[in-house]
Amino acid sequence: MPDYLVLSGILVVVVGFALKLNPLLVVTLAALATGLLGKLGLVEVISAFGAAFNDNRYISVVWIVLPVIGLLERYGLQQRARAVIETIRGATMGRLLLLYLLFRQVTAALGLTSVAGHAQTVRPLVAPMAEAAAEKTHGDLEEDEREQVLGMSAATDNVGLFFGEDIFVAIASILLIQGVFQSYGYELTPLQLSVWAIPTAICAFFIHGSRLLMFDRKLRRPGK
Amino acid sequence: MITLQWLYILAGIAFTLFSLMSAFDRSNGKRFGNAAFWGLLAISFFFGGMLSDLANGVLVLLLVAIAGLGLLGRSDPPTTTLEERLGLSERFGNKLFLPALIIPITAFAGTILYNYTVFGGSGLFEERWVTLILLGLGVLIALIVCMIWLRPPLLAPVEEGRRLMDSIGWAAVLPQMLAALGAVFALAGVGEVIGGIAGGIIPEDSIFIAVLIYALGMALFTMIMGNAFAAFPVMAAAIGIPFLVVDYGGNPAVIGAIGMLAGFCGTLMTPMAANFNIVPAALLELKSQYGVIRMQIATAIPLLACNILLIYFLAF
Repeated sequence: MPDYLVLSGILVVVVGFALKLNPLLVVTLAALATGLLGKLGLVEVISAFGAAFNDNRYISVVWIVLPVIGLLERYGLQQRARAVIETIRGATMGRLLLLYLLFRQVTAALGLTSVAGHAQTVRPLVAPMAEAAAEKTHGDLEEDEREQVLGMSAATDNVGLFFGEDIFVAIASILLIQGVFQSYGYELTPLQLSVWAIPTAICAFFIHGSRLLMFDRKLRRPGK
Repeated sequence: MITLQWLYILAGIAFTLFSLMSAFDRSNGKRFGNAAFWGLLAISFFFGGMLSDLANGVLVLLLVAIAGLGLLGRSDPPTTTLEERLGLSERFGNKLFLPALIIPITAFAGTILYNYTVFGGSGLFEERWVTLILLGLGVLIALIVCMIWLRPPLLAPVEEGRRLMDSIGWAAVLPQMLAALGAVFALAGVGEVIGGIAGGIIPEDSIFIAVLIYALGMALFTMIMGNAFAAFPVMAAAIGIPFLVVDYGGNPAVIGAIGMLAGFCGTLMTPMAANFNIVPAALLELKSQYGVIRMQIATAIPLLACNILLIYFLAF
């Protein structure tokens, strides 16, 4: 009889997010509930939580780019990014983001996952460029349209990263797959795995890319 | 050798400065909350490796208490106005892009140089973290270039960094917290229970339905955990290997690789994947914290369908 009580943490997460409680609080309560109902002691749960938090500090290192980005914004970087887009004929938001999608997929496939990202490229460059391009073809954006353009800029970064990186042989997820299969006696090489990431990468490019171009057309529709 | 630890010290210095400037910012009514929050992160970066697991856990609980009690405010340090920025952007022109590009180019060119030339053998950088370390180096170079070229007030990078940091707020540590939650889930055996449930509903003699449950299970479990890495070992052990590979004779490389990518489709649809979905919404100052996920769902669902078909046709 499996112990279904350990699933209570998942319930805490779902309810907590639905009630829009502070996510840090929700996550901590979920960890405590799971640990305590999973028959761990309080000290043990807090220690495990702290150790894992400490092991994952590298995730938050990326914030060191903020002083540079902020400094450049002080001197008009976002305004410059917009000005450049306004001078390029034929630049639309969809085409611009399509180009960025391709760039992100290709660089990620070469293993260069941290060359771009939300802090490094999306906020200072891609999002203001996309917004300027959308305004160029569409005129002033309504509040919600602007949110969609910015959201799509971040979404494009994610799609490009996720469905490019697994083509690179030395990425963590490929090594994880290899490790799991190895523990069941299947010897797979990273290259064998990474080639099978290519069909999905192509699908992702066409699905997200056609959405980007359709988004252009939707924004351009007059009289709405 | 330059290791990840060096980057942690750099991050520790940045967060110490954010914390100090927050403490002296009288315009922010919650300045001590901000100072404490960024200060605790600075302690984590400097000393996390020396603290006991329990002490790190208490540090996390303090961070959560500050955020949960609403003690974090948003600062607005003095900066240039929009009109001034338009003028400055005209004055400096496209050269403004150069410092911004120093960071990715250092990471890009540096990684290639390091991996494909003799530098690689030098052991200068810690193997696993080459690109991230080069990113940090790029930040330092870009910062020096900006200070010399633009001649801003000495504290401007700290103040501008703090402005952005405060606009992200508690969301900045959410990804790290979720990774920690994943570790507690693993310790309590959540994965095995979920895997048992998924494995229990597999019908006999239908490869397609088994593929469907495997891929949907990967996506759903990834949405719960916020991370395909946590879901993959569970789903592979519960369905992928025993049913798809052993019983039905599927190609293990296809089942492994595309199964993981089915999980990534789940990552696009969950607030639990905070660093990809919630943090950018804060960083772009969107009104809805779900503003990024909303734009991803229509890519994620058809792509998940593609993955199911790809596994079915390529593996069997």
